Amino acid sequence: MEGYRSSWNRVQKSELARFEQTVLPHLDAAYNLARWLTGTVHDAEDVVQESYLRAVKFFSGFHGENARPWLLAIVRNTCYTWLRRNRMDDQSVELGETVQVADTQSASPEAVLLAASRRELVRQAVEALPVDFREVIVLRELEGMSYKEIAEIAGVPIGTIMSRLARARARLQKLLSELDLTEAHA
Amino acid sequence: MICREVEELIHAYSDGELDLVRSLEIERHFQDCPACSGLLERIRALRFAVSKSTPYYPAPAGLEARLRSRLREGAPVKPQAPRRMLHSWQWAGVAAAVLIAAVSVGLLMRRPATTDLLAREVVAGHVRSMMASHLTDVPSTDQHTVKPWFNGRLDFSPTVGDFRAQDFPLTGGRLDYLGNRPVAALVYRRRQHVINLFIWPASAQPDSNVVQRDIQGYHLLQWNKSGMAYWAVSDLNAAELYQFAGLVRTL
Repeated sequence: MEGYRSSWNRVQKSELARFEQTVLPHLDAAYNLARWLTGTVHDAEDVVQESYLRAVKFFSGFHGENARPWLLAIVRNTCYTWLRRNRMDDQSVELGETVQVADTQSASPEAVLLAASRRELVRQAVEALPVDFREVIVLRELEGMSYKEIAEIAGVPIGTIMSRLARARARLQKLLSELDLTEAHA
Repeated sequence: MICREVEELIHAYSDGELDLVRSLEIERHFQDCPACSGLLERIRALRFAVSKSTPYYPAPAGLEARLRSRLREGAPVKPQAPRRMLHSWQWAGVAAAVLIAAVSVGLLMRRPATTDLLAREVVAGHVRSMMASHLTDVPSTDQHTVKPWFNGRLDFSPTVGDFRAQDFPLTGGRLDYLGNRPVAALVYRRRQHVINLFIWPASAQPDSNVVQRDIQGYHLLQWNKSGMAYWAVSDLNAAELYQFAGLVRTL
């Protein structure tokens, strides 16, 4: 009996080692997504911890080559559960309308401050996006993931990701309409 | 390509998600259309500003360590002094053996692994073809129009059959890009289902039987015949797709 138990433990331990090896390297990506979706430092860490504990439970069912989208799908679901519990998701839209007005007025004339406030405006505009737009922007522009991977994470068809990205970018353009972005590009 | 189509595809283009043929078409359009190229410039500027100004939040220091210990808590406690436990140096030997086994299995498995990768590309090609409403470059139900169309566009001549009598009408052909080479894509229909049949030379491969794979809810059938690789992909049920593959194989 003890022999059985110890070999079972060994299997568990090697499985855990395999989990740590394949899934832990994506911790930054998991945290970044959780931080952007929950919007707070403290909750992001809680969500990430919860996601990893969930992930380890489902790990035996994972046989793919790339653990990153697999993990991020779990992180995303955990975030959405958290958002529903905290009912934070519907506030972001209203917040968005006020961003540009408030901050353009407070922008300093000094070039340095101007650049800093431009950056700040862009960050606020992304934060102000509704959560389903925010996640495609973060996954595409910050994680550099393909449409296919993002579709896998969000559990929707690739075509939906394509149109969501287009709408998210149009929304950002509108929020940042007072900034001359082409200048920043040059 | 007209402006309305460009607007639909411009984000996919700026993200590098368009296939070669449509990328070339859209680029041709940009050369002649200041409005669309201005739109592209604005999208690029926005993307640049977002990726430059939006912070990436890496995991805080210590989170990894906290996670590791929480993950270990979840594992059952090791029983006291179990017999026949290996010492740590013996474990090193076991680990080395496992590693060597894994590497050699990896080497043996290499070919299927690249085939899997290719299978995913084939599915992606199929999905893309439907997503961007650009199924065919040469929309024709006539095999004698479709086959010559590939002349000069490919370094091989695909066999094009018409199975209208069997209810798999040909709807056209398209140039696609898979496994780092241009390939022929023939488009057939079965009721409302689209079947993409990808063909390219695989001279080193002997003739083979049909192998089925299922990826993302699509069925894929793959076989080699007379130095050509064939991939049929569709959301059609497997039985009818096999029937289709059977027809193609008789050509």
